[in-house]
Amino acid sequence: MKSCLIVDDSKVIRMVARKILHELSFTTVEAEDGQQALDRCKEALPDAVLLDWNMPVMNGIDFLRELRKLPGGDKPVVVFCTTENDIDHIQEAITAGANEYIMKPFDSEILQAKFSQVGLL
Amino acid sequence: MRPEDFDFIAKLLKDRSGLVITRDKAYLLESRLTPVARKRGLKGLDDLVASLRTAGEDLLREVTEAMTTNESFFFRDIKPFDQFKDVVLPAMLKTRAAKKSFRIWSAASSSGQEAYSLAMILKEEAPKMPGWRVEIVGTDISNEMLEKAKAGLYSQFEVQRGLPIQLLVKYFKKNNEMWQIDPSIRAMVQFREYNLLHDLKSLGQFDVVFCRNVLIYFDQPTKGRVLDNISKIIPDDGFLYLGGAETVLGISDKFKPIPEQRGIYCRNLGGASAAPSGFGGVR
Repeated sequence: MKSCLIVDDSKVIRMVARKILHELSFTTVEAEDGQQALDRCKEALPDAVLLDWNMPVMNGIDFLRELRKLPGGDKPVVVFCTTENDIDHIQEAITAGANEYIMKPFDSEILQAKFSQVGLL
Repeated sequence: MRPEDFDFIAKLLKDRSGLVITRDKAYLLESRLTPVARKRGLKGLDDLVASLRTAGEDLLREVTEAMTTNESFFFRDIKPFDQFKDVVLPAMLKTRAAKKSFRIWSAASSSGQEAYSLAMILKEEAPKMPGWRVEIVGTDISNEMLEKAKAGLYSQFEVQRGLPIQLLVKYFKKNNEMWQIDPSIRAMVQFREYNLLHDLKSLGQFDVVFCRNVLIYFDQPTKGRVLDNISKIIPDDGFLYLGGAETVLGISDKFKPIPEQRGIYCRNLGGASAAPSGFGGVR
């Protein structure tokens, strides 16, 4: 079973994502902001990270840059999942090492399509 | 809906598009034609059928389009496009090396995602094929879909189903809430109105034909007729793609599956040859 870290400050979004990911046979861990997510990653690196952009304490893009500096931190497949939907944000995410990018609102079909594109399914 | 009304619409659709609607699919008539009825200020399906019996071309066309329009997305099923890049394209580059050109047909192209997916692959592979000219033609019977395809404008939802984010960034521009495909990609594809049931010869010859998830809507004789027609415009060493749930087996002897390449077919020329020339040795 593959593992996915869900990072979003919205409880509702985490719940929706958790439900979809469980249906896709992932185990899930959750974090409410980038700092919590980084702490989880230091304990154990997940196979995948579903990552919001705008969050308190540490945002998604800063988390991603820190993650990629960790030993083995290049391994997790990172899929952004955010309301930011302009080319500049997407470009910045790719440059920082994101593997895929979902623009909210999303549904299970989009999440599934994106996860299979990056080889997680 | 009254049985005679159902039969009337079913026959109309079959004659105009080949689409076969069986009684267990009657709900499709409800869900797709009720909006057409409302748009015309009609109460419901019964009134629509009454109008259809005396209708002019406009309404007949609108009803046919509403029933035959199907969703499409970029790089649908992924695998056929990987096969195109890894198997079909190298075969084309080998067998067409002298004239440096070939033609691709996206049959029932809907809103254009399949044709544009192929165009993006060719654009990405362009450094490997200097001086080559590849023509991509998309055809559909729905004018509405053809207009959408030509505009190359897609919703945020549409660009997220199957399109890798790197390709979105590279080949699309945001246009208010929509995403528009780059003019350089649009220029690689021509869209034309065409009914698959008609004689295909005026379209010319195609080296690669994508006819995926189209035959499933036809009955056996119509499937056979369409495959036979396609066989007349594909050269002996060309390729035919069908959808995952489709086959030629038991329908037409004009094509046969290519071993190890699920979904791709070559002409069945009666001999025992396994694959078109130029095919061996790739991959």
